[in-house]
Amino acid sequence: MTGTAWAWLVLLFPLLGSIVIALGYRALPQKAAGMIGTAAIGLSFACGIAALISLLGEDADARHHASSLWDYASVAGLDIKLGIYLDQLSIFMVLVVTGVSTLIHLYSYGYMQSDQGYHRFFSYLNFFVFSMLLLVLAGNFVLLIVGWAFVGFASYALISFWYRRETATRAGMKAFVINVVGDIGLVLAAFLIFRELGSFDYGTVFERAPEVFSVNEWSITAICLLLLVGAFAKSAQLPLHTWLPDAMEGPTPVSSLIHAATMVTAGVYLIARTHVLFALAPTAADISAFVGLATLLVAATIALVMTDLKRAIAYSTMSQIGYMVVGVSIGAYGAGMFHLMTHAFFKALLFMAAGSIIAAMANEQNIDRMGGFAKAMRFTSVTMLCGGLALAAFPLTSGFFSKDEILAYAGARGGMYLIFVVLGYFGAFLTAIYTFRLIFRVLQGEPCAEARELIETGHVAHEAPKNPATGEPEDTDVGFPGPEHHIAEQSAPMRVAMGVLAFLALVGGLVQVPGVDNVIANFLDPAFEGPVLSHVHPSIEWDWIGLAIGGVISLLGIWAAHWLYVANPERPRALEQRLQGLHDFLFHKWYFDEAIDLLVVRPALAIGRFANRTFERFVVDGMVTGTEETVRSAGGIVSRVQNGFVRSYALLLIAGFAGLALYFLLSSS
Amino acid sequence: MNITWYIVLSSLLFATGAVGILLRRSPMVILLCLELMLNAGNLALVAFSRMVGNEQGQVFAVIVMVIAACEVVVGLGLIVAIFRRRLPLNVDDLRELRG
Repeated sequence: MTGTAWAWLVLLFPLLGSIVIALGYRALPQKAAGMIGTAAIGLSFACGIAALISLLGEDADARHHASSLWDYASVAGLDIKLGIYLDQLSIFMVLVVTGVSTLIHLYSYGYMQSDQGYHRFFSYLNFFVFSMLLLVLAGNFVLLIVGWAFVGFASYALISFWYRRETATRAGMKAFVINVVGDIGLVLAAFLIFRELGSFDYGTVFERAPEVFSVNEWSITAICLLLLVGAFAKSAQLPLHTWLPDAMEGPTPVSSLIHAATMVTAGVYLIARTHVLFALAPTAADISAFVGLATLLVAATIALVMTDLKRAIAYSTMSQIGYMVVGVSIGAYGAGMFHLMTHAFFKALLFMAAGSIIAAMANEQNIDRMGGFAKAMRFTSVTMLCGGLALAAFPLTSGFFSKDEILAYAGARGGMYLIFVVLGYFGAFLTAIYTFRLIFRVLQGEPCAEARELIETGHVAHEAPKNPATGEPEDTDVGFPGPEHHIAEQSAPMRVAMGVLAFLALVGGLVQVPGVDNVIANFLDPAFEGPVLSHVHPSIEWDWIGLAIGGVISLLGIWAAHWLYVANPERPRALEQRLQGLHDFLFHKWYFDEAIDLLVVRPALAIGRFANRTFERFVVDGMVTGTEETVRSAGGIVSRVQNGFVRSYALLLIAGFAGLALYFLLSSS
Repeated sequence: MNITWYIVLSSLLFATGAVGILLRRSPMVILLCLELMLNAGNLALVAFSRMVGNEQGQVFAVIVMVIAACEVVVGLGLIVAIFRRRLPLNVDDLRELRG
């Protein structure tokens, strides 16, 4: 079988899984639904591997194939095929998405077991994976937009999965609306591309773009900026990021899969996929890189003060995606995609560990109430530590290699890009602090009541579940948290998933060690041939110097976190009081929600109210009621004739005929 | 042949029928007036047929008679039905179908 045939199978299995589970939810027992869901993604991963093998059997420069099943739309010069594009980049994304998804499905198999909506959950989750694969495999911009919108919907459905929770439904709507803003950007970009290049097809567009556009021409810059709007909304970059922390209302596996490992990296993928266009618009690429840098720092500072465990990790996700955006914008495509992969491993893992702890805390997410889980939940705390070390770029873990590679590349470009190196390392320092702040506060210290109960009795008894955001009692009919919580210590599938990811988080970086091996970049590089930037390479010495600095900074950050949160537990509070203003500023997330409310939501509402008062009331209502009044009064006049008197009907008839006869008589003479 | 008087007679009959329909209230009389109007038409048809000199008009008159017979069957049936239900035999009282 050819590579593209395998790629079609990759798409087929999750779709089938979703449909089978959705249609068979009455007939299928709960366990079967979970198994079908997990197996579908596992098979998809296997097909992905097969496609990779088939690609590896070819010459490095010939590893790109387009394949189409049928015409999607063929009219008026428009030729859109239902086609996929298989190259190094898309197969890389396919493997990351399906690989991590398989493990997260496995985790969900245990985690969601007492949830009433088990079938629905797996059906949605499979649909999400299908959409994400469609997004990365799409062979033209139209199909890309289809996948793009599908993942937006899947994200919405899964954030509001516990639909009786008002906070969850609101978060879902927020995510959907902000994502639609991004969709508009992407759609407009596609229109512009079609206007300028006359095609939606990747191959044609990328081939023709360098001939049609000159560097930094306004049209290509506009296209790239519109693409960035889409990418930023999906990847939660400033200022379209506010939906991501709220999206943590969804079940934890969803946060792990969609809002950490896969969907939010779609923006990074988009920039990497359209690198040909960005190479022609260096200004847009620089804007993108600076937005990434700003996001990286803003999110890291917010993560320092978040008290909600999942939200703190969500801000960390934003920050790490900031690194990836910087990477793919400055031309470090291989490094950016490498960080995407390692981040998928350790961030999915951190969320799983957080899910396990939150389950043990009966849905409580406030880290102020947690503590001492190191003894209570050995397995969870060890895996969480693995994830934390990788996130904090502890030497030799996966995050250590991937993050520093981006910064080393920025250093090799020199000039203005040195800002990225300096601030990138500063961000890494903050990363180490906030990561270990979470780890120290959750795992160390005096065991909280739940942890003590686990240590003493070996199980957790839960009071009636409450919504952590509002404190109102949960409706357990819809599911979560269900009568019973599942924690990693007691559920084999969850342990397997977390174990594999912990292993990958620790050693996953070894595939790309400067001077030793360079598997991912070597594999991906031919896909990024063309742009001049891909020939900039940091020297191996500088790579290692960068790694050494990164390692030192990571250790310093961990030490700082230890000094702050373990050595003297009173110190953070004292610091908070001394820097009250700063703390408030960070705690309110830089007032982004408030600013958006003031600048966008309120003006929009005001315009809406004004339009309602004037235009709607007078013009639209006037037209509608005017039409209605005319018809009604005309009907009133005519209906008076229908009086039921037979003789008056006869009179009308006779008079009418007499009139007609008279008319014809007179007109003929 | 001068048909003026035939047409005058026919018009008078027709007008009598029409006025009868418009003025009388009993369905029975209205039915009779209808017959009068139909036969006024028949008279005109036959007169014209004789004037032109072929039989087509007379054929029409025969057909009109058939239709008149049918109409009387339905009309009388209705009147009997109204009578049986003890409804008033007055077309001004029977105005359930007003709009």
